[in-house]
Amino acid sequence: MDYANQKLAEEKVFKDPVHRYIHVRDQVIWDLINAREFQRMRRIKQLGTSYLVFHGAEHSRFSHSLGVYEIVRRILDDIFHGRPEWDESERLVVLCAALLHDLGHGPFSHSFEKVFNVDHEDFTREILQGDTEVNSILKKVAPDFPKKVAEVIGKTYANKQVVSLISSQIDADRMDYLQRDAYYTGVSYGHFDMERILRVMRPFEDQVVIKSSGMHAVEDYIMSRYQMYWQVYFHPVARSAEVILRKILQRAKYLSGHGYKFEQPPTHFLAFFDRSFTLKDYLALDEGVLMTYFQLWITERDPILSDLCDRFVNRRLFQYVDFDPGKDYKKLGELAQLFQKAGIDPEYYLIDDSTSDLPYDFYRPGEEEERLPIHLLMPNGDIKELSRLSQIVDGISGKRRTDYKLYFPAELLIDGKKKEIKQQILELLREGGV
Amino acid sequence: MLQEHAKIVDFISTAEGVTGRKKLQKMIYILKKIGVPFQEKYEFHIYGPYSEELTARIEELCDMGFILEQKEDKSSYVQYRYEVTAEGLEFRNALGKPVLENSEHAIQLNGKSARFLELTATLLFFDDLGRDEQIAKLHSVKGKLNFTAEEITEAFAFIEELKN
Repeated sequence: MDYANQKLAEEKVFKDPVHRYIHVRDQVIWDLINAREFQRMRRIKQLGTSYLVFHGAEHSRFSHSLGVYEIVRRILDDIFHGRPEWDESERLVVLCAALLHDLGHGPFSHSFEKVFNVDHEDFTREILQGDTEVNSILKKVAPDFPKKVAEVIGKTYANKQVVSLISSQIDADRMDYLQRDAYYTGVSYGHFDMERILRVMRPFEDQVVIKSSGMHAVEDYIMSRYQMYWQVYFHPVARSAEVILRKILQRAKYLSGHGYKFEQPPTHFLAFFDRSFTLKDYLALDEGVLMTYFQLWITERDPILSDLCDRFVNRRLFQYVDFDPGKDYKKLGELAQLFQKAGIDPEYYLIDDSTSDLPYDFYRPGEEEERLPIHLLMPNGDIKELSRLSQIVDGISGKRRTDYKLYFPAELLIDGKKKEIKQQILELLREGGV
Repeated sequence: MLQEHAKIVDFISTAEGVTGRKKLQKMIYILKKIGVPFQEKYEFHIYGPYSEELTARIEELCDMGFILEQKEDKSSYVQYRYEVTAEGLEFRNALGKPVLENSEHAIQLNGKSARFLELTATLLFFDDLGRDEQIAKLHSVKGKLNFTAEEITEAFAFIEELKN
């Protein structure tokens, strides 16, 4: 039997708190799970710094990836199998794409990518198509198979139905992370009736649609997503940790570029500082490596690096206030000058951060929107966009919510040194707007 | 602080306004690909490279009053026009350094149609491939648009022109 169709002698199962069991029968999937690049995801947390707020949120990208695979497997094997609108020959490519879609994420990827100007999607593509264990497994299926998997993940695959299973406004990725993140953070939102949604999913032309009888389950999913974004993903304290993390990496990069002699040299980062990195350099990083550096850098001579690392490791996070950048950008300039006068470097200790989310958006013909809407399949075979039928979804459609915060080390402003200047800073921070 | 916002304001001001959301998305992408330091992250979407971050940033700038978004009804479809307000100019002057080394680029890009920019941006998205493969990929993801050989040649020439 060819490798693509090879089955394990016995089905393997992983116990999983969200889906109960994750089932593996395909030899390819089993081999991919055991590849070193996939195992690396055990060492990268799904929610980055959120564990500093929700202590249970220590789950990894490994478990999320298995979850996405399991959801897609159920859709294909239990719902789509045998339906004329579904092309069975796409089964393996979509299962592999589901399993491997997050492969290129690095340690604390949001911050890491910002500071070093890299993109995890480029690394995903490189891992799939470069000299890796994952690539050698995929190549055994067919020489062009790694490329096909990369195209599905990169959303450039010709069969859009396949792409929409992994990336759309109701895809397996979101369905897994909402439930998994809700479970591990311990919050009560984020739960929805996934079984119901899966049962009413249908392949239809070049997309996946939902039978209209499942509309209420989809409404619940969208509201869960909305709640999770504002209650968990954009939590201001987790963002404070994220800001500090970003500043640690930025400071280490700055020091390295300015001839500073580290007591603990940043060996693992050097190739990223001068942008000479290879895939091997990237794969050598995980959160354990970064946390070890942060721990060791607490005793560095540079007071900023040492302080920031101590803050991150020991959770002495920055305080925050809301601000309105439209009105207050001039005050930010004033504050930066005052910080400077007070001997606190604003580059590292006065940081604005914004985050926003669009819970759901629909396609308006001719308006050049880019998001594929959720379509409902009506009993007469017609297709209707979700927000046209659901008042709840209509209420939040196309409405972006943005949150701006200004982060600073509160205790440095009340330490009794340079009292007058710090008093002015505090007054500015307390003033309306900032 | 807010430097990335200031860059977008600076670009729209240099281009003397931009008509069309798709056009704006593709212009920034093309500039980013030729080395202009925009930080917005792009992915492949319906109309080619698209940045959710850029969409969010534009909406934020509209909320701040630095960019004015006007809806133009073209009977069969709706189009959006973006212009920098007086407050936006003040903001840019206070915060930003000019983002474009060559301001002609903004005008050149603005003179092209949304269709042409979509073609150019899509070709650039696949610029890690050989030219034949790049064109094959373009036809595979944009089959419905039936780009002609002349249009494709023109797009490649335009990319070269921008790079030089």
